[in-house]
Amino acid sequence: MTTFLFLAFAALLTGCSLMVVLQRNPVTSALWLVLGFCSLAGIYLLLQAEFLAMVQVIVYAGAIMVLFLFVIMYLNLKHDIEDGLHHHARRIVGWTLGALLVIEGVMLMRRGWALGPTALESPNGVWGNTAAIGRVLFSRYLFPFEVLSILLLVAMVGAILVSRGTRPEGSGR
Amino acid sequence: MSGIVAALTHLWNMPYTPLVVWALVKCVVILFAMLTVVSYLIYAERKVAGHMQARTGPNRVGPLGLFQPLADVGKLFFKEEFIPDGANKVVFHVAPILAVVPAIVTFSVIPFGAQSAMVATDVNVGLLVFFALSSLGVYSITLAGWSSNNKYALLGGLRSSAQMISYELAMGLSTLGVLLLAGSLSLVQIVRAQEHMWFVVPQLLGFLIFMTTAFAETNRAPFDLPEAESELVAGFHTEYSSMKFGMFFLGEFANVISICSIAIVLFLGGWNGPWLPESLKFLWFFAKLGILLFFFIWVRWTFPRFRYDQLMHLGWKIMLPLAIANIVATALWVYWRMQS
Repeated sequence: MTTFLFLAFAALLTGCSLMVVLQRNPVTSALWLVLGFCSLAGIYLLLQAEFLAMVQVIVYAGAIMVLFLFVIMYLNLKHDIEDGLHHHARRIVGWTLGALLVIEGVMLMRRGWALGPTALESPNGVWGNTAAIGRVLFSRYLFPFEVLSILLLVAMVGAILVSRGTRPEGSGR
Repeated sequence: MSGIVAALTHLWNMPYTPLVVWALVKCVVILFAMLTVVSYLIYAERKVAGHMQARTGPNRVGPLGLFQPLADVGKLFFKEEFIPDGANKVVFHVAPILAVVPAIVTFSVIPFGAQSAMVATDVNVGLLVFFALSSLGVYSITLAGWSSNNKYALLGGLRSSAQMISYELAMGLSTLGVLLLAGSLSLVQIVRAQEHMWFVVPQLLGFLIFMTTAFAETNRAPFDLPEAESELVAGFHTEYSSMKFGMFFLGEFANVISICSIAIVLFLGGWNGPWLPESLKFLWFFAKLGILLFFFIWVRWTFPRFRYDQLMHLGWKIMLPLAIANIVATALWVYWRMQS
């Protein structure tokens, strides 16, 4: 049952990821990406990481992709703008990165890796998954966690500054 | 023949099967119960609206107009369906489905009563499931607006995505106080933690923020800007007709019911209540649900629509800081109680 579900989700994820790249229309691309995120959440669920799965859907599929879609719709992009040199440069970069990824994949496959530790490290014991993540986040990884929050704050202040622009003097707000 | 029987017996004896079958039965019951409740909620809204405006509301089909929802559904199914010329066909068809599915799936985690038969699934991240589904609900409106190839629909879709993201944030933060007090994300555990006192008492501010954002999340007046008919014709569903329009309607009302159920689970004690024996406690849940749904209708026919800048101001500059202040205060109180 679990194997079957894993295969189904993995196939869905692969298919969606391919469609993201192969689609011309940015909105359709974004929608396939949303479906991809949801199938990734399904794989997390099979690994008994239910907190991660839900956060994946809430944050990536529910918030970030909606903002993406918002921007795409706002700019009303119908399809890629294809123009001479720019297009060629993109094609070269794409092929190079793709080749690198294939090489990486081949090297990983040759090492004969397995699916991580087969016995789960923290089974659903006393605290459950969510509480366990909370404890680790606020003890062992406290410093990176706080640094990340400051980074986000800086980004937010920057965004506000950029979007505020310069207003003429005495224009009220 | 005996081969089929043997295969079926084997299937039945597999460890997952009874679990899956039992869950399916509950899902089917919930689905049909909710479709009935939704259609009569629409009837109730029209009736209440009528009486609030000194009219009688629907009263022609059946006694007191009680068969009106059936007649409406029949009418919607037989109406001609119209798809605009420049519409993105696939997305145009998918959007109404996305309006209904997340709203109804939410009911799979809501505990209606104390027994396990009244809870379809008790997942230990129940509240997050609700938020995940409600965040996916944005797509239906946004995509409906975009795919219609109509400027009013597009404006409605854009408004709704901005509005729902803004208010989802405040809504999520307003529930954190409850989580701090209950110490669990499982909705059953949250209800059990309220056996002695409903969380609305220590979390009054959280409850008020949750209910306000609930109106915005379900796109109901006074926050129904995505379909503001005085500016946008009908907003995101301008181009929809026939049962596709009906599905948006269904999704909106199913969302109202699910969000009211979550409000009851988080703040109003779920199935907890005096007098009734344990097996009948679910009646309390439905009584509270009825009152909250009436409240939703009451508000819709009482308050005028907000302006867009007022909406954003309220969401980001009032609701969000208040919700954060509520979390800090609750956390301090929980910490102080643990120390003493």
